[in-house]
Amino acid sequence: MSFITKGLTGLRDWVDDRFPLVQLWNDHMGAYYAPKNFNFWYYFGVLSLVVLVIQIVTGIWLVMNYKPDATLAFASVEYIMRDVEWGWLIRYMHSTGASFFFIVVYLHMFRGMLYGSYKQPRELIWILGMFIYLSLMAEAFFGYLLPWGQMSFWGAQVITSLFGAIPVVGEQLAELIRGDYVISDTTLNRFFSFHVIALPFAIAGLVVLHIIALHEVGSNNPDGVEIKKLKDKDGKPLDGIPFHPYYTVKDSVGVVVFLMLFSAVVFFAPEMGGYFLEANNFIPADPLKTPLHIAPVWYFTPFYSILRANTYPFLGVDAKLWGVIFMGLGTMVFFLLPWLDRSPVKSIRYRGVLYKSALAIFVVCFVILGYLGILPVTDGRTLVAQICTVLYFLFFILMPFYTKWDKTKPVPERVTH
Amino acid sequence: MSETAVDLDRRRFLTGTAVIIGGIGAATAAVPFIASFQPSARAKAIGAPVEADISLIEPGQQVTFKWRGKPVWVLRRTPEQIEALKASDGPVLGDPESLKSEQPEFAANAWRSSKPEYLVLVGVCTHLGCSPSFRPLPDADTGPTWKGGYFCPCHGSKFDLAGRVFAGVPAPTNMTVPPYKYLSDTRILIGESDGGSA
Repeated sequence: MSFITKGLTGLRDWVDDRFPLVQLWNDHMGAYYAPKNFNFWYYFGVLSLVVLVIQIVTGIWLVMNYKPDATLAFASVEYIMRDVEWGWLIRYMHSTGASFFFIVVYLHMFRGMLYGSYKQPRELIWILGMFIYLSLMAEAFFGYLLPWGQMSFWGAQVITSLFGAIPVVGEQLAELIRGDYVISDTTLNRFFSFHVIALPFAIAGLVVLHIIALHEVGSNNPDGVEIKKLKDKDGKPLDGIPFHPYYTVKDSVGVVVFLMLFSAVVFFAPEMGGYFLEANNFIPADPLKTPLHIAPVWYFTPFYSILRANTYPFLGVDAKLWGVIFMGLGTMVFFLLPWLDRSPVKSIRYRGVLYKSALAIFVVCFVILGYLGILPVTDGRTLVAQICTVLYFLFFILMPFYTKWDKTKPVPERVTH
Repeated sequence: MSETAVDLDRRRFLTGTAVIIGGIGAATAAVPFIASFQPSARAKAIGAPVEADISLIEPGQQVTFKWRGKPVWVLRRTPEQIEALKASDGPVLGDPESLKSEQPEFAANAWRSSKPEYLVLVGVCTHLGCSPSFRPLPDADTGPTWKGGYFCPCHGSKFDLAGRVFAGVPAPTNMTVPPYKYLSDTRILIGESDGGSA
């Protein structure tokens, strides 16, 4: 036994003389001190990493049988589902993984809003995270065209047409993105390229930056207390515990529970009643006929509702362009959170009634907008969407005021648990 | 390492020229990559005009043809439908005179066609490119006062039977009338008009 240990130690030392292996391990695992009061919300970071791995691995296998060609794409997906050994499982893992990616990322972002994780000194972590989120949206959008079903086609038609709303250069820009006058084989091929090469690279790179930035300033926690302020005589944070083995062990359990849930969906409800895989997408793309009811996949619907809620021209700009502007702002506005929030405290535990109510209204509006986005439009629903859109933006616009006026509670010196 | 002191001017000059020349090179190298996003020669060639036989269309019926990958509708309107386009109690329109909208000159009128009976329209919503559905009769989506027209399922835009957009819907302009011309009473050529082709 001892000669194996000796061999491994020797190998490690050999590598370490040529590469900063031990230092990397210590910086990010063995000697990375994380607050000891992480709660349930702190699983979603590691879970998004797990889903990223699932998506990359299943994606590699899917590409082995998928054909990025308008005449073959739809059939090749069905071929994977019916004829390829275990193809259905790999495909369902990938399609379910897409929705789960957004579930865990939305919860991860909400955690940040609950505990003020975006606040100084973690602004850059938040910004990098936002770039990951935007890349993820692009990745999901490009990927959704690939099965070449009716929803693939018309979803892509609508989103690429968004760019056409930009004055002067819009139409040409939309044409440049599609590579044709309409969504066509050319579009499918380039979206395939973006989906399997460009964006996965970008996302992986951003994830590395996100983690490096996090480990530079240290993790926030449910109390919003900076654990680096109080250190013991060895310079270790009093309220910190090494990530490995404490959180690696804890997270392993979280990952197993997550995978159980994930498998349950993959095996028993991969279409999730049409929310994860939409019914219309089982019909091959028909450029001449829009399905009677089209809606994006659930993770885009809040923004889609904002787009549809703009029905009035004002300031000499037509409703179409306002819709595109507000939809864009609706996603981008999160970038500004670190500077809009003027509260002296980070965590919701020590915030006052103003922020708590504002956040509650925002969450309700986000969910209502998301729900309306999957329904067909009626006058009544448009009105509700308009009210929610206004409240959605007021949450951000008024944030500097209500966070400043809010009655906060005193923050303890040390974390509580 | 040279014996003399570091020549900062020389370093600045070399860095400056390298940045400028290298930058020009990088910008130039970007051109083919961006230009390759444009529609290819083949995609452009497919946009040729198409002939359509309209002899079998019944009054009130609409037929779809494909031109440049897009649906082009030919609707044969009934006299009542043509009459309804001129009625003063109709819906409030966004661009009734077709001033902001795209159509050949001969279609810049209330019925937006050369012959009032036949409407030729690119069946693409001017909002975000969905293809609206033909709704000659009122239904749940369109409301009880509907006199016939088009309803876009994507974002709820409404158009009348001349493809004119209603006011207060997301679509900014009337649906596009493609260039077309009558080859005979029963045949039209979509994609080319006597004023020129598109």
